[in-house]
Amino acid sequence: MNALKNSFREILRYPSAIAGLVAVLLLVAVAVYAMIAIPYSKAIELWRGGEEVWYTNPKFAPPAWINFFRSKKLPESFHANSADGKMEKVVTPGSQDTTEVKLSYTFDFEADEYPQELMVYFNTTYQDKIPFASISLFTPDGREIRVADTGLAHQQNIRFSQEARLVNRYGGGQQQLVMQGLFSDPKAATPTPLKGKYQLVITGTTFEAGSDINADFVFHGQVSGLAGTDMYRRDLMVALLWGAPIALAFGLLASLGISITTLIIAAVGAWYGGWVDEFIQRITEVNMVLPFLPILIMIGTFFNRSIWTILGATIALSIFGGQIKALRATFLQLRESMYIEAARAYGASNMRIIFQYMIPRMIPLIIPQLVGGVAGFVFLEATLAVLGLGDPTLPTWGKIINDAESNGALYNGYYYWILEPSVLLMFTGLGFALLGFSLDRIFNPRLRGM
Amino acid sequence: MEAAAQPEPQIVIKKSFASSTFMRVVKYTGVRLVVLFLTVVVAMYMTILIANMGGYVDTMMRGEITENVTQSITTNPANRGMPSDQKRAIIEKMIALEIKRRGLNLPLAVRNARYLTNALTMNLGHAINMVSDTGSRTVRLILLERLPATLLLMGTSQLLLFFSSLFFALSLSRQYGSWWDKLVIALTPTSSAPGWFYGIFLILIFAAILRIMPFGGLVSSPPPENPVLYALSILQHLLLPAFALFFSGFFLSIYGWRTFFLIYSNEDYVEMAKAKGLTSRDIERRYILRPTLPNIITNFALTLLGVWGGAIVTETIFNWPGLGRMFYTAIGLYDIPVIVGDTIIFAYLLAITVFLLEIIYALVDPRVKIGGGSQS
Repeated sequence: MNALKNSFREILRYPSAIAGLVAVLLLVAVAVYAMIAIPYSKAIELWRGGEEVWYTNPKFAPPAWINFFRSKKLPESFHANSADGKMEKVVTPGSQDTTEVKLSYTFDFEADEYPQELMVYFNTTYQDKIPFASISLFTPDGREIRVADTGLAHQQNIRFSQEARLVNRYGGGQQQLVMQGLFSDPKAATPTPLKGKYQLVITGTTFEAGSDINADFVFHGQVSGLAGTDMYRRDLMVALLWGAPIALAFGLLASLGISITTLIIAAVGAWYGGWVDEFIQRITEVNMVLPFLPILIMIGTFFNRSIWTILGATIALSIFGGQIKALRATFLQLRESMYIEAARAYGASNMRIIFQYMIPRMIPLIIPQLVGGVAGFVFLEATLAVLGLGDPTLPTWGKIINDAESNGALYNGYYYWILEPSVLLMFTGLGFALLGFSLDRIFNPRLRGM
Repeated sequence: MEAAAQPEPQIVIKKSFASSTFMRVVKYTGVRLVVLFLTVVVAMYMTILIANMGGYVDTMMRGEITENVTQSITTNPANRGMPSDQKRAIIEKMIALEIKRRGLNLPLAVRNARYLTNALTMNLGHAINMVSDTGSRTVRLILLERLPATLLLMGTSQLLLFFSSLFFALSLSRQYGSWWDKLVIALTPTSSAPGWFYGIFLILIFAAILRIMPFGGLVSSPPPENPVLYALSILQHLLLPAFALFFSGFFLSIYGWRTFFLIYSNEDYVEMAKAKGLTSRDIERRYILRPTLPNIITNFALTLLGVWGGAIVTETIFNWPGLGRMFYTAIGLYDIPVIVGDTIIFAYLLAITVFLLEIIYALVDPRVKIGGGSQS
């Protein structure tokens, strides 16, 4: 316990060690937060969800904070539902079971670019008689733009850029021009967005008792949320957050599993010597010939992409690596030392010597490698994901990069899509590498001065 | 260098001419060769087992054959008027022929043994699905076609990495504790990220934002007619991936060599040489580089070996038509002969390297005695 305290005090003397430690602790905090904020099953559900989960987000939208760095501001996405009260709703009963439902929503539009799309998702209840609604958009300069008049089946949705009336009026038949038409200043010579308060008004009429109209007004801007969205409208935040616990778990388990098994095998080989040692040496040589990454790719392609399979294969292929030779050499020296001889003299069993006398001596040596090794395995998981061999269900950083790559993110200018996971990967990698590296210099006095 | 090293080899040579030593060397060499060959055999067999996934790939290939044959017979206009049972008979016959052609009718163990013997005798055979750019299915040709691109990329980056890090490490070990030294130590953790990772950043900066470099590929399209322009175009395409691979190994490599040289420069005989007043250049060459030569050679050999395999992900990201990307494609197409062919060459090269290294060690390091016993 005291030794632990001492080595901790030692760590605090190295700035790089502190930096690494802070980075690692921060990551652990993010991982814990992710697991509490979005429980595992919900994360999977969100990540695999399609249009019905993510319809409120635009596609390929950068995060909202990029507006800080832009002189021309991009419109932010939002949505307002009358069912949860975000949209104002006034119900006026009329004669003969009819009711007038007026839904309205006022929003500020202060961007210098046009939104991607405006939509209204209706959710109506009725028995036989279909309710009716007309949608209008009031501009800051007081014009009323009539968008659509339509009967409302149970699940009806209106896309503004596909409404024939708007397409004919603004686009001359072209759907892309509708948004520009809706949000432009009509007096300006070139299309300029008209800033100010817009109001969306839906005037609906129901024709029977118990019939009701609710609407979800969806504004697809050019930016969305804190992390942006991908080609399936998914909020990248889910994967960015959940990437942390997955990366940590994979990296730590792989590194820990390999270090411990290698340590035990090297100790057993060095202690028993003879054919046991010879056998371990031969396996190490065979393992050296086996191509590591190709075999992992083969397992991922032919067999199973589950992260546990890949983890197992990674450990199995790395146990008999170069490290075992270095450890064995040190154990061979250790075997001859006096205290082992003393232990042998008083009749300690083989197991006792291996596990209580030899292995504990090597733990300071192995810890820096263990910590530093995590970085490599975090990147290994990302590497496999980038090749399209990530776990099919899990949201990970590598998979974001893979999605971005296969959608030509760099080519099309969606830089946020690659940068966000990359920065997190780099942060994780550097954090663990830095910590492992400084631990190495703390625990191995020979390197201390260097 | 020679003057300092000579006295020692002379002693060794005198010893090794003792009559039993020659036999011992021959016997040791023989045993090592056999052991290394067996290692290759076992490793190859394991690779084949994994590449075939216990027959899973075969099942898939059978399904694929059935589908292809059925499709080609039923859509062939020449067979339009044929009665359906006659058609079915033809389809079955064709399927059986195709299965026999690929050797799928044999039991798994026999097929694996055949893959193994073919691989070990370097009889690489024909690819199942892959075709070289010249239209050949011969595995040897497919590999040879991709080899130059890989050699260019990996050769440039790895050799540059090896020699430059050696050079910088040597000069850093001289100015130990300086600002540069500390900078390199601080930057060493950057090497935990693989080459492709830096590749993405390089593409982002130089191709996507600045638009001064290509996104990937080997040569611009259409390829320039003029050979000089052609070479320049390749050079331009080579720059980003080579730098990505170079950078990802650079600082760790310098750090490793630097620490290594520092340990050696703390030896007593170096202190002695300093005391004698030898120039630092002499000290470096005779007392630091000379004893570390075996390690330098080992590393160089392993570097050369790494060149062969290519860089799977970096080549994929940069669309570089090398062996690494070919290997990845081969796995995606379940093309076992190509996978096995690529692996066996690597295995043989590795085994030969290990064997040669042991001999070279004995030549350059007087402390190593071949077959001397305790050390393996």
